[in-house]
Amino acid sequence: MTVDLFLLQLFTGLALGSIFVLVALGLSLIFGLLTIVNFAHGQFFMLGAYVGAFVLGMTGNFWLSLIAVPLAVGAVGMLCERFLVRPLYGRGIDYPLLLTYGLGLILLETVRILAGTQGIPFNTPPVLSGAADLGFFFFPKYRLFLIAITAIILVALWLFLERTSYGLIIRAGARDQEIVQVLGVDVGRVWLVVFGVGVAIAGLAGVLAAPIRGVFPEMGVPVLVEAFVVTVVGGMGSLLGAVVAGLAVGVTVSFTSFFYPEMATLSMFLLMALVLVFRPRGLFGRAGLLG
Amino acid sequence: MLTVKDLNAWYGRSHILQGIGLEIAAGEAVCMIGRNGAGKTTTLRSIMGLVQRRSGTVLFEGTDIIALPTHRRFAMGLAYVPEERRIVGGLSVLENIRLGLVASPNLKREGEIIDRVAETFPRLKERLSQQADTLSGGEQQMLAIARAMVSDPKLIMLDEPSEGIMPVLVDEMFELFARMKARGITILIVEQNVERALQLADRAYVVDQGEIVHSGDAKALLADREIQERYCSV
Ligand SMILES: Nc1ncnc2c1ncn2[C@@H]1O[C@H](COP(=O)(O)OP(=O)(O)O)[C@@H](O)[C@H]1O
Ligand SMILES: [Mg+2]
Repeated sequence: MTVDLFLLQLFTGLALGSIFVLVALGLSLIFGLLTIVNFAHGQFFMLGAYVGAFVLGMTGNFWLSLIAVPLAVGAVGMLCERFLVRPLYGRGIDYPLLLTYGLGLILLETVRILAGTQGIPFNTPPVLSGAADLGFFFFPKYRLFLIAITAIILVALWLFLERTSYGLIIRAGARDQEIVQVLGVDVGRVWLVVFGVGVAIAGLAGVLAAPIRGVFPEMGVPVLVEAFVVTVVGGMGSLLGAVVAGLAVGVTVSFTSFFYPEMATLSMFLLMALVLVFRPRGLFGRAGLLG
Repeated sequence: MLTVKDLNAWYGRSHILQGIGLEIAAGEAVCMIGRNGAGKTTTLRSIMGLVQRRSGTVLFEGTDIIALPTHRRFAMGLAYVPEERRIVGGLSVLENIRLGLVASPNLKREGEIIDRVAETFPRLKERLSQQADTLSGGEQQMLAIARAMVSDPKLIMLDEPSEGIMPVLVDEMFELFARMKARGITILIVEQNVERALQLADRAYVVDQGEIVHSGDAKALLADREIQERYCSV
C-alpha cells in the first residue's frame, strides 16, 4: 500500500467516522446524564435528513438547512422529552428504552406516510462537489467538509461544556445529580436541554450524511447500530470515548473495505468484541455510571 | 426560622422517621445527636427534599416546603452539606466552588465571592486549579462547606462534618462554624463528635429510632452524661 493510497483510505475513514462521532456523541450525552438509552436516536438522524431535504427544496440553500435542522429536530426532541420521557424517570432503565423504541417506530412510519417509502434526492451543494487536490491525492471536497464541520462542532461542544455555567452543570450532573439539585439546579430543565442538544446533533448528522448516504425512511436503522458500536467501544457516557471510537470505527471500516470489502460491516463488530475483551467498560468508560 | 412538625419518612417500606419535630430560631445553632442509624441524615435529607416518600410539615420562614423540589428549597436559602461531602471528582476545586454559584444570584459577583472564599479558606486558595478529588479529606470537607456558603444561605445543615478528619482541621472547622454563627447564619449540625457540637450549639435534639427522645439546652446536655451514654454511645 503506497502512502497516498494509505492517506486516501485514512481520510475516507475519518469522513465516515465523523458521522459516527456525531451520532454517538448525542447518544452518549443523553445516556451520561439521563441514563436513558435513546433507541429513537437513529430516527432523529433520519428526521434531520428529511427536514434538511425539505428546507433545501424550499430555499435551495444548503447552509440554511444546516441551521434549520438542529433547531427543528432539537425542538421535536425537547417535546418528546418533556411529554413522553419525563414521566418515566426513576422507573428503571427498561421503561424509557421501550418508550424510545416505540417513538422511533412512530417517527419512521410518520415519515413514510408524509414523504413516501421511496427515498428523495439530496444533491451535494455545488461548492462542495468534485475533488480537492491534497498534494498526495485527490479527495472528495464534501468529505473534507464533513471532517472540518465535525471538528468545528466538537470544538463548539467542548467550549460549551468547559466554559459555560450550563456546561459545568452538565459535567457535574453526569457524576452526581443529587448534589447539583442540592446546589439549586432544576435538573429537569437541564435534562430537557441535554436531550434536545443530543438529538439536534443526531439530526445535523443526518443532513450532513444525506449527500453521501441518500435520504430514505430506513436510513436511521443502521446508524443506530453503528452508534451503539461506537458508544460501546468508547465507553457508555464518555464524550471523549465517542470521538475516539467514532473515528477508530470509521477508519477500521474504511481499511477493511479496501482489503476485504465483504468484511467491511463485520469489521466494526470485531473491533467492538476485541475492545470488550480487554476493556469491558470500553476505552474511556468510567465505573459506576450504570450503577 | 425552621419548624418541623410530625415529619415522617420512608425508604421503601421501612418507616424511618416517625414524627420528628424540631424548632430552630434565626441565628441559632442547633445540634442533632444520636447513634448510628437513628435517622439524623434522613431528617436532614427530608428537610432538603431528597427523600421521596415523606409527610408532615416543614415550615421555612413561615412557608410549608414539604412538597417543594430540592432546588426551590435552595432558592429560599437552605443549604445542605451531605455526610459524604459529595465533592464532584473530575472538576477542579474552583469549578466545585462555582457549582455552588450557578443557581444563585451571587453568580453575578463571582470574582468577589471567590476572593472571599480564598480569604476564609486559605487551604483552598492555593489549590483552586487542582482536581478536587486530589484534596485530603479535611480539605474536601472545607470545599464542601465553601461550596454551600457561596450562595449566602440563611440556614446551613451540616451532616457529620468532622467525620474522618484530622484533629487540627476539626479545630479549624469548628472555629469557622463559630464565626459563621457570629455572622448570623443559622446552623443545624449533626455530629458524632458530641462534645464539640454541643459546645458550638445553643440547643440540642437527641434522636433515636426515628424519634426525638430528648431536647434542651446544649450546655445542660453536655453535663448530662447519662443521656449521652444512653443515646450516643456507638
Ligand atoms: N437509602 C436508604 N435505603 C434504605 N434504608 C436506608 C437508606 N438510608 C438510610 N436507611 C436506613 O434508615 C435508618 C436511618 O438512617 P440515617 O438517617 O442515615 O441514620 P443516621 O444518619 O442517624 O446514622 C437506618 O436504619 C438506615 O439503615
Ligand atoms: Mg448519618
